[in-house]
Amino acid sequence: MEIVGQLQKQYVDFINSLFREGYLDDQYVQLQKLQDDSNPEFVVEVVSIFFEDSEKLLNDLASSIQQQVVDFKKVDGYVHQFKGSSSSVGAQRVKNACVAFRNFCEEKNLDGCSRFLNLVKQEFYLVKNKLETLLRLEQQILQAGGTVPLIE
Amino acid sequence: MEACNCIEPQWPADELLMKYQYISDFFIALAYFSIPLELIYFVKKSAVFPYRWVLVQFGAFIVLCGATHLINLWTFTTHSRTVAVVMTTAKILTAVVSCATALMLVHIIPDLLSVKTRELFLKNKAAELDREMGLIRTQEETGRHVRMLTHEIRSTLDRHTILKTTLVELGRTLSLEECALWMPTRTGLELQLSYTLHHQNPVGFTVPIQLPMINQVFSTNRAVKISPSSPVARLRPSGKYMPGEVVAVRVPLLHLSNFQINDWPELSTKRYALMVLMLPSDSARQWHVHELELVEVVADQVAVALSHAAILEESMRARDLLMQQNVALDLARREAETAVRARNDFLAVMNHEMRTPMHAIIALSSLLQETELTPEQRLMVETILKSSNLLAALINDVLDLSKLEDGSLQLDMGTFNLHALFREALNLIKPIASVKKLSITLSLSSDLPEYAIGDEKRLMQVLLNVVGNAVKFSKEGSISISAFVAKSEYLRDPRAPEFFPIPSDNHFYLRIQVKDTGLGINPQDIPKLFTKFAQSQPLTTKNSSGGGLGLAICKRFVNLMEGQIWIESEGLGKGSTAIFIVKLGFPGHSNESRLPFVPKVPGNHMPTNFSGLKVVVMDDNSVGRMVTKGLLMHLGCDVLAVGSADECVRVVTPEHKVVFLDASVPGADTYEVAVRLHEKFSKRLDRPFIVALTGNTDRMVKENCSRVGMDGVVLKPISVDKMRSVLSELLEHGFLVESQ
Repeated sequence: MEIVGQLQKQYVDFINSLFREGYLDDQYVQLQKLQDDSNPEFVVEVVSIFFEDSEKLLNDLASSIQQQVVDFKKVDGYVHQFKGSSSSVGAQRVKNACVAFRNFCEEKNLDGCSRFLNLVKQEFYLVKNKLETLLRLEQQILQAGGTVPLIE
Repeated sequence: MEACNCIEPQWPADELLMKYQYISDFFIALAYFSIPLELIYFVKKSAVFPYRWVLVQFGAFIVLCGATHLINLWTFTTHSRTVAVVMTTAKILTAVVSCATALMLVHIIPDLLSVKTRELFLKNKAAELDREMGLIRTQEETGRHVRMLTHEIRSTLDRHTILKTTLVELGRTLSLEECALWMPTRTGLELQLSYTLHHQNPVGFTVPIQLPMINQVFSTNRAVKISPSSPVARLRPSGKYMPGEVVAVRVPLLHLSNFQINDWPELSTKRYALMVLMLPSDSARQWHVHELELVEVVADQVAVALSHAAILEESMRARDLLMQQNVALDLARREAETAVRARNDFLAVMNHEMRTPMHAIIALSSLLQETELTPEQRLMVETILKSSNLLAALINDVLDLSKLEDGSLQLDMGTFNLHALFREALNLIKPIASVKKLSITLSLSSDLPEYAIGDEKRLMQVLLNVVGNAVKFSKEGSISISAFVAKSEYLRDPRAPEFFPIPSDNHFYLRIQVKDTGLGINPQDIPKLFTKFAQSQPLTTKNSSGGGLGLAICKRFVNLMEGQIWIESEGLGKGSTAIFIVKLGFPGHSNESRLPFVPKVPGNHMPTNFSGLKVVVMDDNSVGRMVTKGLLMHLGCDVLAVGSADECVRVVTPEHKVVFLDASVPGADTYEVAVRLHEKFSKRLDRPFIVALTGNTDRMVKENCSRVGMDGVVLKPISVDKMRSVLSELLEHGFLVESQ
């Protein structure tokens, strides 16, 4: 069907652009591979958990940076978590931002930390947006009766 | 002045009398006038005279008296009333003044007298002070002399100079006629004249030491006056008249051993020298106390200085000796080094040069064996081959031994089949043994592990050598080889009490006993067996090569394997038993900290279905946890995902085959879990595999993981294929290959 074909093409273009721009990396592909008949909603579930977790982490980060006396170890811990989850999902830019953020934590550079917190937040919301769009496209394809093309 | 009753002039008929009176009065007046003048003159000259007022009074009194007498001159003839009045006034004045003076004198004369006594007292005092000053001065001079003497004496460390200086300075200070030092001889029975002031080289007078006078001097540390006629004092031809007084003092000769650390040097040295000092003869000088004191002090100082000199001499001698020894040692060391170098060079050359022709001989002889030969020729070739093999073995032995001695030999550790080793050795020896009609039996204990870790080649060498010797030296009978795992009681060799091996989980001690019924060995020769090239006795068998390096090398190898080797024998003709113990490792217990490397299994042999495989995943990151769980579920596993270390340890059961621990937690939780899991399953054989998942490529992580007993480390991100290969390797090999 045309709609399916169109949707699929849209999907492929979009996801390729995401890969090109570095929003997502190969890990996302791996996640898609894990989705099978026994686990049809795997990617959605993982991504939702990722969003939930990340919101919480970002809040924690913001509050801990705003403390009178900043506990950089704690901040580092949060960033580490965030890095872990973003790399598990394949959110490459978020992960990279986290890596740089950690450096500032090690140096106990408060200014750098707040800057990078904003950056990480930014990247997160960006990728969240993209992922939501992507998943919506997938839904649409499925609803239209097609199958989601797998990118290798 | 009765004649001066001048109110009524009387004109005695005696004019001579009058004339004399007249003259006397005149002179009296003169004197009276001149005395004050003199007084004034002299008092003016002397600056100090406290009683000026008295003088004035006195002067006035005298002047008036003089005036009276002068005026009296006019009263001898008729005189006018004026003269009488003047006379009267003068007399009255005189009376007044003289009375005043008399009264004054009453006060003054005692004073003057006391002045005199004070003067006398002061003079006495001054004389006394003078005397004391004299004493102090002499004392101070004595002290100065002593200091100077001491300085002179101590300024040198040469014994002769010290003594010479002492005598010279003493002689000078005290102006002695003669000064001598008598030293005890080696025997200690006599005193010998060693130094004198005036003779340069005194002839060796000796005096026995046991004279009472000498004992008296030696018994006190004070200077003692002795008689000039005593033997020690008779140094010069007797003086013309009275020889001067002589004093003797002892000089202790101190030794190093006298200086204890805590006490003062005890003067129980028993060795004294005698210093004799003689005052000049024909002088009336006597020994003063301060001079005696000076002599005593000097004697003490001399003792100390002498001992210093002696110590210095000793230390100089010792130092010279040490230097000589050092030089000799250095030379010896260099020679030894040269020798070692030469030997190494020689061996290196030998190695190559000798092996090459050897190989040629052996190779060609074996080739020759393959060709058509007559029986005689065959025999000859076999002999050649056997001999050259022996020679080759000997060369190798020599080279091995030198390497062993250098300490540069290292064992090639590897896993090998222990049982097979024995069987092979047996096979090699059996032909020779059967030729000699010897029976060989091999018994391996049941607890002997099949595989072991050690240097297979060298163990074989030792075994062959020992068994070979047993065969060589047995003409008949049997040889039995037995091997078992040594328990502690059997490990101790009474001959080597320091050898205290302790078997452990990782290694065991293998004990091999080779008993033969051969020639036996004289127990006295046993220690020599293991020394190089020592031939114990002339052997009559044809194949005798009893001397050689075989046993020496065996001993070295066995020592390298942390074991012991020894031979027991009850005597000639009673056979002998060779026993050696070596340390071998149990296979499967690796001491290495690295995870072992095994070639990677290619992918297409992997099982793709792990359905029902029960696994546990621990990750405190919910996203990561879900991803890993999904991954494993995709591969068909039955996954239990937990988020904390405690939960993990709790839920793991023996049914689970693998536990995946996410090690990206910046903490030691992951390692702790591994340790606790080990503890939980320590008694069981069905512990699940523990694998760490980490994004950290640090070597530390790998080492820490292997330290806590993990079976593998996997680097994130993990693809499906990677997880598949990980699982299959775990299940197939029991440990993970490279954690890529």
